[in-house]
Amino acid sequence: MIVARTGNEAMAEAMRQINPDVVAAYPITPATEIVQLFAKFVNDGLVDTEFVPVESEHSACSACCGASASGARVMTSTASQGLALMHEILFIAAGLRLPITICLVNRSLSSPINIHCDHSDTMASRDAGWLQIYTENAQEAYDTTIQLVKMAEQALLPGIVSTDAFIISHGMERVELIDDKEVPKFLGERKVNYSLLDVDNPITLGPLDLQDYFFEHKRSEIDAMDNVLPIIEKVQKEFGDKFGRYYPIVDEYKLDDAEVAILVMGSTGGTAKVAVERMREKGKKVGLIRARVYRPFPKDAMTKALSKVKVIGVMDRSDTMSTLGGHLYNDARSILYKSDNQPLMKNYIYGLGGRDISIEEIEAIYEQLFDIQKSGEVDKDVVYFGVRGE
Amino acid sequence: MQTPKTNQQKKIQVDSSSMDRIHPMENVLRMDRIPHIWCPGCGIGLAVTAFAAALEKAEIDLSKIVIVSGIGCTGRVAGYVKLDSFHTTHGRAIAFATGIKVANPDMKVVVFSGDGDLIAIGGNHFIHAARRNIDMLVVCVNNFIYAMTGGQVAPTTPLTAYATTCPFGCVEPPFNIPYLADSSGAVYVARWTTLHVRRLTNAFVEALNKKGFSVVEAISPCAQYYSRINRLGDGLDMMRYYHDNAEIRNGEDTKNLDIDFQGKIIVGKFIDRERPSYTDRYNEWLSKVKGGENEPG
Ligand SMILES: Cc1ncc(C[n+]2csc(CCOP(=O)(O)OP(=O)(O)O)c2C)c(N)n1
Ligand code: SF4
Ligand SMILES: [Mg+2]
Repeated sequence: MIVARTGNEAMAEAMRQINPDVVAAYPITPATEIVQLFAKFVNDGLVDTEFVPVESEHSACSACCGASASGARVMTSTASQGLALMHEILFIAAGLRLPITICLVNRSLSSPINIHCDHSDTMASRDAGWLQIYTENAQEAYDTTIQLVKMAEQALLPGIVSTDAFIISHGMERVELIDDKEVPKFLGERKVNYSLLDVDNPITLGPLDLQDYFFEHKRSEIDAMDNVLPIIEKVQKEFGDKFGRYYPIVDEYKLDDAEVAILVMGSTGGTAKVAVERMREKGKKVGLIRARVYRPFPKDAMTKALSKVKVIGVMDRSDTMSTLGGHLYNDARSILYKSDNQPLMKNYIYGLGGRDISIEEIEAIYEQLFDIQKSGEVDKDVVYFGVRGE
Repeated sequence: MQTPKTNQQKKIQVDSSSMDRIHPMENVLRMDRIPHIWCPGCGIGLAVTAFAAALEKAEIDLSKIVIVSGIGCTGRVAGYVKLDSFHTTHGRAIAFATGIKVANPDMKVVVFSGDGDLIAIGGNHFIHAARRNIDMLVVCVNNFIYAMTGGQVAPTTPLTAYATTCPFGCVEPPFNIPYLADSSGAVYVARWTTLHVRRLTNAFVEALNKKGFSVVEAISPCAQYYSRINRLGDGLDMMRYYHDNAEIRNGEDTKNLDIDFQGKIIVGKFIDRERPSYTDRYNEWLSKVKGGENEPG
């Protein structure tokens, strides 16, 4: 069915079709609507979910952990400060290998307070051991929400699927919905080996784990991250085979014959694709790489993509505050350290706090990349693009 | 410790010059930030006006007062007052304010925030600041919902009332805020509606002069979300409802102050007692261990 939906509505529709056992959430702009719409589905009897409007995100994530540990299919939604408040519990969920899916809307972290898009919230949680997938539009947000539930349950890892604040969350787009009956079929029942409330086999979760075994348990969590990419690929393929929409781990656009390329995430991927078209019309060989799966970082696929061009402009909507530039840039540079084919690389930090990025600005970045190609030199590794006083 | 002097204004003179002001409270409001974001019919502005009037009436030294807010429609208050103010994070206003108070014991610290901010996500700080008896005034604008995010159910939503995240009607019993404050140790507890502007102002005056953890709950209409989804009319209709249903019972046992959906609202001053404040106890203890060498503060 083809409908007009905002990103938030699309994610709420996905949640309705997933019909999770438990949703615990606390409202926050611009993600509030997702659970608000979901509450209406609960009210209208369209889902069988136990919905708990808890008193904070810390409680929301904790309640999700409890429910997931008892074998339930669990979802929540948040943004920015809400994710920051969940921070402690994010590590609990990952460490205890509890699949939970968060429909997240990327909004900048305070301070200063702001409700618009950047990626500082999820980037601050990137080491929590959660899968992270950034989407480009409402369709991808909808599809990925459904996929992620399956990926998380198969990998026994929690995951975040995100959209850009307002740009996707509140922008209305054409979305193709899957038939209601098909989604539960695609997902199947959650299979649980060990769970709470299994009276014949009582288990204890979260006990003290000191020098004797802590390291092995952490190592196994890292193993799970190491092994999850094939699961992600498999689920994406199954989804594509069934519903006709295939998603890659790393989204390459007009890259094969490109001389320079931009590496980007989220909705800017869509804007940059238009810039690519325009540049190509002018005969300029430019390409685009969009990091869709960000955690785990897909090093092989990403190295392959990055190695195709001579100059890369990495666009980060977040800064590591380490004087080393943005998150994506640091990951991209790091994986190329042992690569034979090392493109020149420049980092553009842009759009913090929702500052708009236009097609023309991206074209200007491409022009700068051509200058770098010509001179063979990157004058300044990290620049702050579109900020006063730069 | 020295209190930083950041505010030029000293005591306001209560005189006829207030007649020349564009807004009677412009000496404490950031006029450059007006118009404010609050909807027509919202009660937050009334609470702020009553508070500004109380500052004049209590002859508070404006260079010695700081307003701390969390996040929410009410949380915006910190940005509209021409006083030292701190717009903090959602739920943490009292915790930030505690730091301000213990670092500057001679500052008058006022927390101005919403029911969700103070009682839901920040409920823990509320009970602990009351237990410690931190010397501060907490103004809780209670509109029964999280208004800023669009009217979701809160721990103050009356049973059976509708909110955007409980289209089925609220099934959780709400907190009775005066009872919570009382049982946690607050020394001054009052509740008024934003219709009771004069009494609300007087409560602020009393609470500003009180040493210890004081709580003034201001029941306030959210015309945009709470009354609309519950089909209660607009801000004016809510005022009529307060007029017909508020019952003044000063000194009432705080146990009896539950708010039912569209039932009676008991208002009044319920608690006014003495307990040593946190800084007093702390200084006393310090003098004891240091043998009188301690300089208070
Ligand atoms: C950690 C965190 N969670 C959620 C939010 C989103 N949020 C902003 S204001 C608010 C509720 C405000 O309700 P209340 O305190 O009652 O104030 P009101 O708007 O009703 O005056 C929420 C949930 C946030 N800013 N930070
Ligand atoms: S949403 Fe409600 S509380 Fe917020 S400003 Fe409007 S009327 Fe007031
Ligand atoms: Mg409120």
